[in-house]
Amino acid sequence: MATTTISNGAAIAQDWPGRYYHVDQVLDRPGPRTDESFLAGEGVKDFLRNKCKILVIGAGGLGCEILANLALSGFKDIHVIDMDTIDISNLNRQFLFRPKDVGKPKATVAAAFIMSRVPGVKVTPYYGKIQDKDDDYYLQFNLVICGLDSVEARRWINATLVNLVDPENPESLKPLIDGGTEGFKGQARVILPTISSCYECSLDMLNKPTAFPICTIANTPRLPEHCIEWASVLEWPRVHGDKKLDTDDPEHIGWLYKIASARAQEFKIEGVTWSLTQGVVKNIIPAIASTNAIIAASCCNEAFKIATSSAAYLNNYFMLIGTDGVYSFTFEHEKRADCPVCGGEAVDMTISKELTVDKFIETLIERQDIQIKKPSLSSGSKHIYFQAPQQLEEATRPNLEKTVSELVDDGGEITVTASSLPFSLSLRIHYS
Amino acid sequence: MIKIWSMKKNEDAAAKKRPKTSAAQIRVQKDLTELDLPSTMKTTFSDPADLLNFSLTISPDEGMYKGGAFVFSFVINNNYPHEPPKVKCMQRIYHPNVDLEGNVCLNILREDWKPVLNLNSVMVGLQYLFLEPNADDPLNKEAAEELRKNRDQFLYNVKASMRGGSIKGVQYDRVSLQ
Repeated sequence: MATTTISNGAAIAQDWPGRYYHVDQVLDRPGPRTDESFLAGEGVKDFLRNKCKILVIGAGGLGCEILANLALSGFKDIHVIDMDTIDISNLNRQFLFRPKDVGKPKATVAAAFIMSRVPGVKVTPYYGKIQDKDDDYYLQFNLVICGLDSVEARRWINATLVNLVDPENPESLKPLIDGGTEGFKGQARVILPTISSCYECSLDMLNKPTAFPICTIANTPRLPEHCIEWASVLEWPRVHGDKKLDTDDPEHIGWLYKIASARAQEFKIEGVTWSLTQGVVKNIIPAIASTNAIIAASCCNEAFKIATSSAAYLNNYFMLIGTDGVYSFTFEHEKRADCPVCGGEAVDMTISKELTVDKFIETLIERQDIQIKKPSLSSGSKHIYFQAPQQLEEATRPNLEKTVSELVDDGGEITVTASSLPFSLSLRIHYS
Repeated sequence: MIKIWSMKKNEDAAAKKRPKTSAAQIRVQKDLTELDLPSTMKTTFSDPADLLNFSLTISPDEGMYKGGAFVFSFVINNNYPHEPPKVKCMQRIYHPNVDLEGNVCLNILREDWKPVLNLNSVMVGLQYLFLEPNADDPLNKEAAEELRKNRDQFLYNVKASMRGGSIKGVQYDRVSLQ
């Protein structure tokens, strides 16, 4: 393996003859399904290769594939975020990593590898959490692709991109392409924040993580998994107190393995192994390289079509089921009107600077178009007035006397919840 | 880039900027402010600005645990309601469905949790455990065994444990109100 050393972040700007021959077949002329706004030729190529800035979240199984696909299809300004370091078990499918890289940050190694193999591409890594970055960071990109393994991170980036949409600024709308795999199953979807169904809209489609009744774990274990759960859920806190279980620490896993094995023996259960122990406590579902390849290809195909408008993009959910043969299904997932992130109403309200919170609540109750009874109000992390429970009502009651303008800036938002609202109502406050 | 913005213009004002509060936060605000608890249950916030960590005191006014005040801690993470709140009993109590470390066996806290459930359902579920302790899903096996075999002895043990007594060598916390 030849590796070229590249000075920090500086890309080698070079294109060899025929580099884009195949890609140019779809960029030099419109096709039957190209968008009306498609500008065949130099314009679109210049955008893709010199202007488009894309963010890849996750440099794991999907991320490695996505980075390679993007770099080879002509994206040249790629950023990548990942908070993990390389584990030896990643090497079978995360092909940008080698044994010598074990322990190093995934984002950094992946970026260096892509730059050494695909000249002219600049990949900027960030080794850390997506939550470290602010709105300005996300605003700089044209597109975001996710290859994540956690629901929590997906919910965060989804909510962040939906929140980013500013009615005054078209550039603030960032298409989000989300890929996900689980064993032989996978999905790719295109989310146009505030326009199409968002990640939160489909939260109820998720399978819940396998959980065993705690009483079964405690009394009547039948499966090796029950013994491992017993060790991690009941024995770990009992023996180690407040010390947190670190599922990445081999010593911790080793302890659980020992305890679970002893329990398995006691109940004559077979099948507790080191890797099953790790799998159960980290909730690992075996990753399949080919599923990752298919889903990453689909995501990058969508990124290419959205960036170039050379063909119609996915509307909006593609699912792959490879468990029995190969089956795929594409459908339009609909927006949920009561989605806590992108749904619900948002209302502009102009009020007097002198209006007290008390009177403001009365105004809300009287408004025909809102129709709420006992509303509770907050702004960001600040509680304005809570109807219940008693302690919070008492703690926020002094605010009733204050003016709204003391608590919320001009243009600020108030989140209203009430039992009659499906979820919440967002008010944007202006002062007359 | 595709012209997404033109699609946006066709929409009405349905999509305005949303507040910077996480979906979990809003959901907890909704759950808490719409709690419909009987007088036997009360929430306590050690920091009223922090909605994600609080405790619940259950003081049953009927059943075998009448006269006690049982305290549970609630810890809610940012993945709520995708994940259930983490609930533990803060006292060592004699109960077939609560172990000596405070773990609680309540189906909706683990295997049967669904995002459509809310904090009210969890609290009502917890109170139910004190009205109808369940010997079939034991976490404290000895207590369950006693309940099944000898209800009178079980009741006696409950009363003794609530006064801070010890049963079969295990010392329990005093939870009696008197």
